Amino acid sequence: MLKERFFQGLFALSAGFSIFAVGAIALFLFFNAFATISQIGFLEFIFGMDWYPDEEIFGIFPMIVGSIYVTALAIALGVPIGVLSAVYLAYFCPKGLKKIIMPAVELLGAIPSVVYGFFGLVIVVPLVSNIFDGVSGKSILAASLILAIMVLPTIILVSKVAIEALPKSYYEGALALGASPERTVFFAIVPAAKSGILASVILGVGRAIGEAMAVIMVAGNQVQIPHSLSDGVRTLTTNIVLEMGYAADLHKDVLIANAVVLFVFILIINISFSALKRGKK
Amino acid sequence: MSRDYLSIFLSFLLKFSIFSVLFVFFGITLFIFIKGIIYISPSLFEWEYNSTNVSLMPALINTINMVICSLAIAMPLGIFGAIYLNEYSKKDSKILNLIRVTSDTLVGIPSIVYGLFGYLAFVIYFGFKTSFIAGVLTLSIMILPLILRSSEEALKSVPMGYKEASLALGASKLRTIFAIILPSATAGILAGVILSIGRIVGESAALLYTSGSVAQIAGALDSGRTLSVHMYAISSEGLHINEAYSTAMVLIVIVFFMNFISNFVAKKILKDS
Repeated sequence: MLKERFFQGLFALSAGFSIFAVGAIALFLFFNAFATISQIGFLEFIFGMDWYPDEEIFGIFPMIVGSIYVTALAIALGVPIGVLSAVYLAYFCPKGLKKIIMPAVELLGAIPSVVYGFFGLVIVVPLVSNIFDGVSGKSILAASLILAIMVLPTIILVSKVAIEALPKSYYEGALALGASPERTVFFAIVPAAKSGILASVILGVGRAIGEAMAVIMVAGNQVQIPHSLSDGVRTLTTNIVLEMGYAADLHKDVLIANAVVLFVFILIINISFSALKRGKK
Repeated sequence: MSRDYLSIFLSFLLKFSIFSVLFVFFGITLFIFIKGIIYISPSLFEWEYNSTNVSLMPALINTINMVICSLAIAMPLGIFGAIYLNEYSKKDSKILNLIRVTSDTLVGIPSIVYGLFGYLAFVIYFGFKTSFIAGVLTLSIMILPLILRSSEEALKSVPMGYKEASLALGASKLRTIFAIILPSATAGILAGVILSIGRIVGESAALLYTSGSVAQIAGALDSGRTLSVHMYAISSEGLHINEAYSTAMVLIVIVFFMNFISNFVAKKILKDS
């Protein structure tokens, strides 16, 4: 029976490891960040407008604004197209066509983010540069376009599951009342699948706000509050990637604190996602 | 049925959306494949990387090593953890819920945050420096929830009858787990593993600060770049754009291949059950 005992212990230990991992991640990051943030001052750090690491002035407000702008625009572009595609796949797509589209959507989700970044660099950036005549093209617009493409698979796949989970009788009932299939889907099905669709949007926001490698290649990375779509922008994630390579001492600690701010953003998003999931049951 | 304008407009919107999704997908893949094939050359596959040949071979070998080593760590932890959740813990126990919540949290953490954690924990605290092993440990933690959750689902789908029959024949619980339950859950576990491989191959942000970006075939304590990091490095330098197309193509092919296998395995599970 010793062997049984040993393995049970081993299994329990393995299961406990993921709790330990989250604890360790939180501990390492928060412990480091707490000291740093209290050293520069919470308000100066979060709402500071200037970022001059050499002079030890660390304000990440432009990055927070940049992350929100880029994410919001990506969601505004990606959600309508994603949800409409999910509706099409769930109700209007012929079976044969579905066999081509579904793998394509799944593969879109599997393309590594550096490849998206590279695609953005060689196609989207020059395109934006042409439209806005003379600007570099590395801009909010380019970053949002790439992120909108990157969140599409998440939104389509999750929304489609939510829409298909509805009872068939909703659809048939509305059709029987004389509504056209399109009207039925838009005025009966989509509102009924609202919480599932919202969940897909929240997941999309999480992916967009956490993405670093694709954004860094197309966003221009200037520390500023952008005033137009063609302005360059730096996000919370790209700030870390750009400066971590050479940062030292306090500068390095500040970047870790920056990651913690990002972590808190993601936690808020995840908590609202699970609250939404629980509310649905 | 006569169709009103609103319906026609809505129908147009639907078709427009799905068309743009397909356009984007085929646009990206075809563009990279066509350009990638043009610029592919034998020098891309030489053993050594230097400034005249931007060989992706060292990066490819590092990627394969990275996949093998990360799986070697994360697979036992994930599968054993799933066995505990499924066979030993009480349903709706606190520990079960806690593990659910933590593994959901782990899935949502951005890879750049994993990168910084790996840097603080493995590179600095445990003193591995920027090395292959630091990258492996970081990625193991990153893919752990994927393997844990998919194994849990796979174990759950094994019919109760198998287990009961085995126990009734006098086999011990442990023997039942290793001889009956695990083999019947293999396909489901495999699907999770293949997904994790895709994630490792595509990962770049978490590796930048842990395994670093030196273009060489890395030993355990050396820095070495994987294919994704290689792709980031050569495309952000901007000097080797043509080689970047070919590298992107190789990267996409690997990821697509992984995806294809996991779909195939998943379909097989559906058919078997």
